[in-house]
Amino acid sequence: MSRLMTRRNAALLLFSGFALLPFVATMLGDSYLVVIATRILGFAIAALALDLILGYGGMVSFGHAAYVGIGAYSVAILSRAGITDLGAHLLAGIAGAVLFALVTGAISLRTRGIYFIMITLAFAQMAFFFFVSLSAYGGDDGVTLRARSTLLGRPLLEDDRTLYYVTLAILVALYLLAVAITRSRFGRVLTGARENPVRMQAIGFSPFRYQLTAFVISGAMASVAGVMLANQTGFVSPAFMNWHVSGELVVMVVLGGIGNLLGAVAGATIALLLEEWLGLLTEHWRLLFGLILVVIVLASRDGVSGLFRRRDRP
Amino acid sequence: MTSLFLLQLLNGVQFGILLFLIAAGLTLVFGIMDFVNLAHGVIYMVGAYLAVSFTQMTGSYGLGLLLTLPATLLIGLVLELLVFRRLYDRPHLDQVLATFGLVMIVTEGVQIIWGAAPLSVAMPEALSGSIPLIGQMRYPVFRLVVIGAGLATALGLYLIIGHTRIGMRLRAGATSRAMVSALGVDIHKLFTVIFAFGAMLAGFAGAMVAPILTVDPGMGEQVLILAFVVIVIGGIGSVRGAFAGALLVGIVDTMGRSFGPILLRLVMEPAAAGQAGRVLAPMLVYILMAAILAARPTGLFGQKT
Amino acid sequence: MTQSRTILALLAASTCLAGPAAAQDDDTLTIGLLLTLSGPSAVLGEMARDGFQLAAEEIGDIGGMTTRIIVVDDELKPDVATNKARELVQRNGADIVVGPIFSNIMGAIAKPVVDSGAILISPNAGPSVFAGAECHRNIFATSYQNDQMHEVMGAYAQAQGFDNVFLLAPNYQAGKDALAGFRHSYEGGVAGEIFTQLGQLDYSAELAQIAAMQPDAVFAFMPGGMGVNLVRQYRQAGLETIPFLSAFTVDESTLPAQQDAAVSFLGGSNWAPDLDTPENKAFVEAYEAKFNQVPAVYAMQAYDAARLIDAAVREAGGVADRDALIAALEQAPFTSVRGDFSFGPNHFPIQDFYLTEVVKREDGKFATSIVEKIFEDYQDSYVGDCQMD
Repeated sequence: MSRLMTRRNAALLLFSGFALLPFVATMLGDSYLVVIATRILGFAIAALALDLILGYGGMVSFGHAAYVGIGAYSVAILSRAGITDLGAHLLAGIAGAVLFALVTGAISLRTRGIYFIMITLAFAQMAFFFFVSLSAYGGDDGVTLRARSTLLGRPLLEDDRTLYYVTLAILVALYLLAVAITRSRFGRVLTGARENPVRMQAIGFSPFRYQLTAFVISGAMASVAGVMLANQTGFVSPAFMNWHVSGELVVMVVLGGIGNLLGAVAGATIALLLEEWLGLLTEHWRLLFGLILVVIVLASRDGVSGLFRRRDRP
Repeated sequence: MTSLFLLQLLNGVQFGILLFLIAAGLTLVFGIMDFVNLAHGVIYMVGAYLAVSFTQMTGSYGLGLLLTLPATLLIGLVLELLVFRRLYDRPHLDQVLATFGLVMIVTEGVQIIWGAAPLSVAMPEALSGSIPLIGQMRYPVFRLVVIGAGLATALGLYLIIGHTRIGMRLRAGATSRAMVSALGVDIHKLFTVIFAFGAMLAGFAGAMVAPILTVDPGMGEQVLILAFVVIVIGGIGSVRGAFAGALLVGIVDTMGRSFGPILLRLVMEPAAAGQAGRVLAPMLVYILMAAILAARPTGLFGQKT
Repeated sequence: MTQSRTILALLAASTCLAGPAAAQDDDTLTIGLLLTLSGPSAVLGEMARDGFQLAAEEIGDIGGMTTRIIVVDDELKPDVATNKARELVQRNGADIVVGPIFSNIMGAIAKPVVDSGAILISPNAGPSVFAGAECHRNIFATSYQNDQMHEVMGAYAQAQGFDNVFLLAPNYQAGKDALAGFRHSYEGGVAGEIFTQLGQLDYSAELAQIAAMQPDAVFAFMPGGMGVNLVRQYRQAGLETIPFLSAFTVDESTLPAQQDAAVSFLGGSNWAPDLDTPENKAFVEAYEAKFNQVPAVYAMQAYDAARLIDAAVREAGGVADRDALIAALEQAPFTSVRGDFSFGPNHFPIQDFYLTEVVKREDGKFATSIVEKIFEDYQDSYVGDCQMD
């Protein structure tokens, strides 16, 4: 009970912090803060999606960048075709991601552990190379979006703050959805299938179907991140699907502490903030970033949230 | 056509053996210690950079190569002592995070020390030529040396693991750490040795490729994914599997690149075949891996879990 | 309360991020250098940065104004680059952004930069869209249009009467553009055309095919580390009897690694370190003295960019009046180290192009050297598509 309460409090605190940020930015006269924060929110959505299967289903996908890319390309492709509505972009991204996740998930779930990691990477790489070869959309060079997606037929998202709040609203909605999923019977079966697949099978649940469903949901959520990130950057290229992005998402989730949705959001925030902040300090920020990662792992067993938990012990 | 086919086959084998050199240390550490080491690629890179520096210092590639081996062994020991030792009983993802951090540190460190410009080692004069092979086609001598070194490494590992006391302990340690400890073997010391040895293998691979490939700050990352593909195809922990996986990846990649478009032309328009060939060629290795894992979820030589 | 504490710490930390608010000070000229400074291709960005800063040091106050130069790394990732570009113009109030090195980054940063009213000057990338359909009055290039270097080699192959050339490029947009550029001015036969994987390490399969075909010449576009691998393996495979033509494959950024393997290989370029103008002599001497390496085109083009900015800002009497600044830039009121230099109506250079050859200099360093002039006052072929408002 108290654990749930604290998680609710932490979520409230984090999201209201995000909600207040544009006002802080205005006060400081630094409109760029909103730009970075939108990027953070986009990655937070993708990390949240990954944590759903990684933290609860024990499925370490090393190919989630593919779904981010599918979302991003649905913006580019539909925009070029003259369809500019955000809802349509989201739907197209989700449809594409569901299809891709169904096919690749069904094959990938035959494997376990590191093999699962590598087979998801393989499928993401195939998607990456497909878009690299897609000359109609600039191939490797990518395409510049002429404008952001429209909302209700109006170019509302052109305003950085509106885009920020829309992204935040989507993040909060997806967070609540993810929490509901993990608390539902479906979520418990998923966790059970991770802990003891044989027993789940014995009591009449086929883990495969549950895992595949979770994998598909997670992919669809990650494509939403892609749609928002494409709008934020105003540019779409296969770089969204690079395996680096998949790796960064895993780092964000593990950094925040796996299997506690909010940790994924916090992990994305910390990773990107560190990147920005260390970047301001030195050209060799990667050295410091790497050191911090190593130290965090050596000092804590549960990501950054574990660091703080330890201190609470008497 | 036949001679070109044979030559490309040889090229594929050669590329595969290059991959095996890199993957061997990775599969040892992964298989025996159950440790996911993303930093393997950067140790390979450091090996190549050290070979460049030592070759410049001594004026001889052979000496540079010889000096690189103990240097990377030492680096392996230090890293094991500082970082890896504390991670053995941790979940894989913690190991991923920590070694990912190491990758960033080493990559940036290498750029600070050696700069970002690509470097190279001059080919030793005696090995720099090419020999006639079939008809007009020639084959670089150094590539034959790489093939020889890879085969020697494979044979050496096979003998060590299969036919020596330390190999027996390794195999036992991989199956049951507790039992080996109970038998009075210091498992930590054993792991330290394996890890340092794995690092030295990576360093050896780096030094071997320095005369043919560029030495730049991205080289470790480029091969890391391919090395993982190789050991996953082969089955983790199996040196035999890594060897087979490496050859398979090398041959499929090379043959696909050169003969893929020709095969496709049999079934479609030339222009479309060219286009499809270009799309498919870089995917081939991944298609191969996905297909193998779909059929055999623990790789070719992996143990059923 | 554990997580709440994490979150609180996080929120506190995020306020540290608030940078200095945009200093829209009319007396200060703020220039952002947005270049690739990490990863395998970092050397190109470093050369451009060094070239620009060398000029800035020689000039002192650029355009007679207090100058602030901010250097940022685009990491060769388009999404990172977009954000850095925004940071430069929104937070730092950059008047002029100099960058990028790579064409795919140009597509990502152009919009945020010009939307803010800042000027974008490319010291290297010259994608066709920005020379043609999407040219913009705020966008200039001190480099070339991407196709031109390849057109130089095509023209050379044509002039040599080659009729059987083997083409080789990585499978990405710039690679396809390169071969298209070569074919633009070469009408002879093509022995084969191979697109290799981006970042490919081993070229033995392609080299075997070349050996089997024995073409009149090979034309390759293999920038960066790929070029180093290809050139050394080409030599090791004993193919040096077949002429090796290339662009962006053998230059001063890769020669320290290619060394003897690249000697006598041919390339197309708008410049070489031994180009005979007084400004160039001074530039190459100063650059070599300061950085102990031979400059490549990237350094030269950034050096020219700094001198262009200096002259134009002086002429326009500041940067506040953007129209005046653009008008001044269009006149190119400076002496390029390349000598002959002017802007076409699409803000891309009209300049001479040369055939270059790799030589080992007397001091033991490797450099490209001019063999002959191929094109005089050459303009890109996209200028007709440019409708500048």
